[in-house]
Amino acid sequence: MATIVDSSNPTSDFPIQYRELNYLNCSKGWKSWFFTLDHKRIGIMYLIGVTCAFFLGGIFAVLLRTELLSPSKVLMGPDAYNQMFTLHGAIMTFLVIIPGVPAAIGNIILPVMLGAKDVAFPRMNLGSFYLWMFGAAFFLAAMVLGGLDTGWTFYTPYSITTSTAVITALLGVFILGFSSIFTGLNFIVTIHTMRPPGMTWFKMPLFLWALYATALIQVLATPVLGITGLLLVVERAFHIGIFDPALGGDPVLFQHFFWFYSHPAVYVMILPAMGVISEVIAVHSRKHIFGYRFIAYSSIAIAIFGFLVWGHHMFVSGQSKMVAVIFSGITFSVSIPSAIKVFNWLTTMYKGSIRFTTAMCYGLAFIFIFSIGGLTGLFLATLATDIHLHDTYFVVAHFHYVMMGSSLVGLFAAIHHWWPKISGKMFNEFWGRIACLGVFLGFNLTFFPQFILGTRGMPRRYYTYLPEFQNLHIMSTMGAYLLGLSSALMAATLIYSVYRGKKAPANPWGGASLEWQCSSPPPHNNFDHPPLAGDPYVMESVVYNEEIGGFVPVECQGDNKESVTASGDKEV
Amino acid sequence: MKLFIPNLLANDEAGFWFPSQGSTVAESVDSVYFFILYVCTFFFVLIVGLMVLFMIKYRHRPGVEAEKTVTHNLTLELSWSVIPTLLTIVMFWIGFTSYLDMRTPPASSYEISVVAKKWSWAFKYPNGWIESELHIPKGEDVTLTMASDDVIHSLWIPAFRTKMDVVPGRYTQEWFNATKAGTYPLMCAEYCGQKHSEMVTKVVVHETRGDFDKWLQVASDIHKNKTPVEAGEYFYKSRGCIQCHSLDGVPKNGPSFKELFGKERKFTDGTSTIADANYIRQSILEPQSKIVDGFRPIMPTFKGQLTDQDITAIIAFIKSQK
Ligand code: HEM
Ligand SMILES: [Cu+2]
Repeated sequence: MATIVDSSNPTSDFPIQYRELNYLNCSKGWKSWFFTLDHKRIGIMYLIGVTCAFFLGGIFAVLLRTELLSPSKVLMGPDAYNQMFTLHGAIMTFLVIIPGVPAAIGNIILPVMLGAKDVAFPRMNLGSFYLWMFGAAFFLAAMVLGGLDTGWTFYTPYSITTSTAVITALLGVFILGFSSIFTGLNFIVTIHTMRPPGMTWFKMPLFLWALYATALIQVLATPVLGITGLLLVVERAFHIGIFDPALGGDPVLFQHFFWFYSHPAVYVMILPAMGVISEVIAVHSRKHIFGYRFIAYSSIAIAIFGFLVWGHHMFVSGQSKMVAVIFSGITFSVSIPSAIKVFNWLTTMYKGSIRFTTAMCYGLAFIFIFSIGGLTGLFLATLATDIHLHDTYFVVAHFHYVMMGSSLVGLFAAIHHWWPKISGKMFNEFWGRIACLGVFLGFNLTFFPQFILGTRGMPRRYYTYLPEFQNLHIMSTMGAYLLGLSSALMAATLIYSVYRGKKAPANPWGGASLEWQCSSPPPHNNFDHPPLAGDPYVMESVVYNEEIGGFVPVECQGDNKESVTASGDKEV
Repeated sequence: MKLFIPNLLANDEAGFWFPSQGSTVAESVDSVYFFILYVCTFFFVLIVGLMVLFMIKYRHRPGVEAEKTVTHNLTLELSWSVIPTLLTIVMFWIGFTSYLDMRTPPASSYEISVVAKKWSWAFKYPNGWIESELHIPKGEDVTLTMASDDVIHSLWIPAFRTKMDVVPGRYTQEWFNATKAGTYPLMCAEYCGQKHSEMVTKVVVHETRGDFDKWLQVASDIHKNKTPVEAGEYFYKSRGCIQCHSLDGVPKNGPSFKELFGKERKFTDGTSTIADANYIRQSILEPQSKIVDGFRPIMPTFKGQLTDQDITAIIAFIKSQK
């Protein structure tokens, strides 16, 4: 990795002696990465880890879908299938989506966006990365030590009785929980204490609001998951009788504990993605975000309401009618802040100057997919319809629209939006957009038919199914193949750019928040002096400069090139 | 090409979204569904329509800058918060009222008790008869009182639009009133392990109460109406032996019944015996007492679920597997 910036790069405009020092090339060797305290390098390591996990989970997904091409056996038996969907779900949730935007992108971008040198606790930051690695190792260990076949939800008493490696996997979840909590704490303290002069709470970019709301959930909800996991380990190992009905325990209690974390956790997945979209839509439409305060408040509202609705996963679990009714009522309250955001993004585009960059294409895909994901949630929040739809493919479709379609497309948007900043290189927009189109089409082809499967009577986690469902399953599998290929194309495009891409200007898209003021990639310490923050969405403060191929602050326009680059390249 | 045209009509009366309506609540569930679907479609078209319109109208053109517009507008923002709120209140309300109907078993109804276990259903009728398929009369309120022998299962009849978890350690209830005679799938919707997806059976709705009673009478008189081997085969299938014991010689979770009778059995504790009638009887009533080498002690006991006469029939059936 240390060789990302290649001094003999033919496209580099600068003679070697003027080559800027940045965080990627300022020190070399594996130690300078593995022991780094630089939030950007830690973020990159997260990004690599998350990408590997994503491809592993993705391979499982493709195998699962292949198996479902026919109601009878295609590739594997039922045991292998059950383990595979469990690991697919667990890896995608715990290793990809939860850390994806906050830990990987958040780590790289948050301090730069704040105009800060680093996060508040750089050592803790490195620690949380190693905890993530450690937790991931436990997951891999569980895979070899007998697999895991409980579903990512670990419902008791099945998880107490199965012979698979439940304890190993739960320890993995426990450790990953600490990683998540530490990242959250770090972000909260960083945002509270390290905002630069001029950046009041309401001058803070919306991505930071989203990360802040996310961090609150991480810190408050994750301990419950940790404790629940530990209780389950204890139950399995010592048979105490907490969740096991054979010993007088209560399996529904486990579900309450589990969803008390896991429902808020879905907001850990979606909130940061929403933050990304607020940035992407504003910057690439060259417009001030519309309704800044409503978006900021809605992030906090989602974080708060998110704690009150876990019971909607349990409408058919035998909980009382009264409880079900209350949870249904509160659940609708979460949909309002989400709706507000969608309307705000649309209004932001109004009278804009929209550039269909790859990042923007992912942003638009997000609005499309998130609308479907969010609206289909209404069917599940409504009691009468949820009774029919619970635990069917309708639910599988819904949560993939929200988790994979929205959170992951949000992550893709973030990667493309900040790629020039992160890598210092421009990627090929043509291939980027083709990949985006493929992801969009493949995604919808994979998951839309599943809504129909669900309403017609196809339960989830089924290895075999009634023959009348086959056609829809085949459509879905074809979509998955397209989706898989397109993600690979996306990865290839980005990796290629690292070696052959054009050098990125400090501000390629015309953003007005602070991270666009330092050079791309940023120097080791991001900024010499804390920059003065203003309104992060005044896009008129920067204008396009032909010569640089990027945007420069208005006051520099017309000056000589020296002072232009000086805005970012002071480190040289 | 056929493959890519979704099979829209699983049965004659199925719609695009749902299987045919088979119970009294199905209609209200579907109408709630369609109400939400229309509201959602409206908003989806609105959102995506505006998005596409803006994409075309305000796409970047060289030399044209974004227009400076207001950055917030309280009236607009309040209206798009309040209108969706009102709509969700309506959704909540209609969903809630139909739900109360679905979850309140009528005072007097025909009661069938259900025991779910990995991976089969046992429906016990008021006269004590147990059957692996659910039979009910049309037009009568039926309540299922459900219990699980092992893990959580969930009983779902898509045509009836009703579902309820079956949780070990407590009883749960589910009721319906079937509106059309016919046969419908019934399945387990809560993941319960290896053969979760095979925990599927049927609901047979009889046209009249008379038909149903006749069926029950014939079915429960098994020892009179069938030879012992036939009766044994019936128990083999209906009590879930079939899940773990094959007839073709290939062991599943338990040993196959093929050529079992009269053979020597070796046990994990080192002892052995000849598989005779007493041995089989003991394996059914106290399955943990002798574990055949190479298998795990996972078979549940059938004590109290099978009479001596039933067991004799099963023995005759196993004996017939040559
Ligand atoms: C190529 C993309 C993907 C495909 C084709 C795919 C496919 C599948 C399939 C076939 C199942 C099993 C459903 C069942 O048997 O009920 C499943 C489950 C699941 N997937 Fe995905 N998936 C994809 C991406 C993702 C991503 C990115 C996430 C992360 C957010 C994710 C999260 C889950 C979860 C949480 C489950 C539930 C696992 C369980 O039932 O325990 N999937 N997926
Ligand atoms: Cu089951």
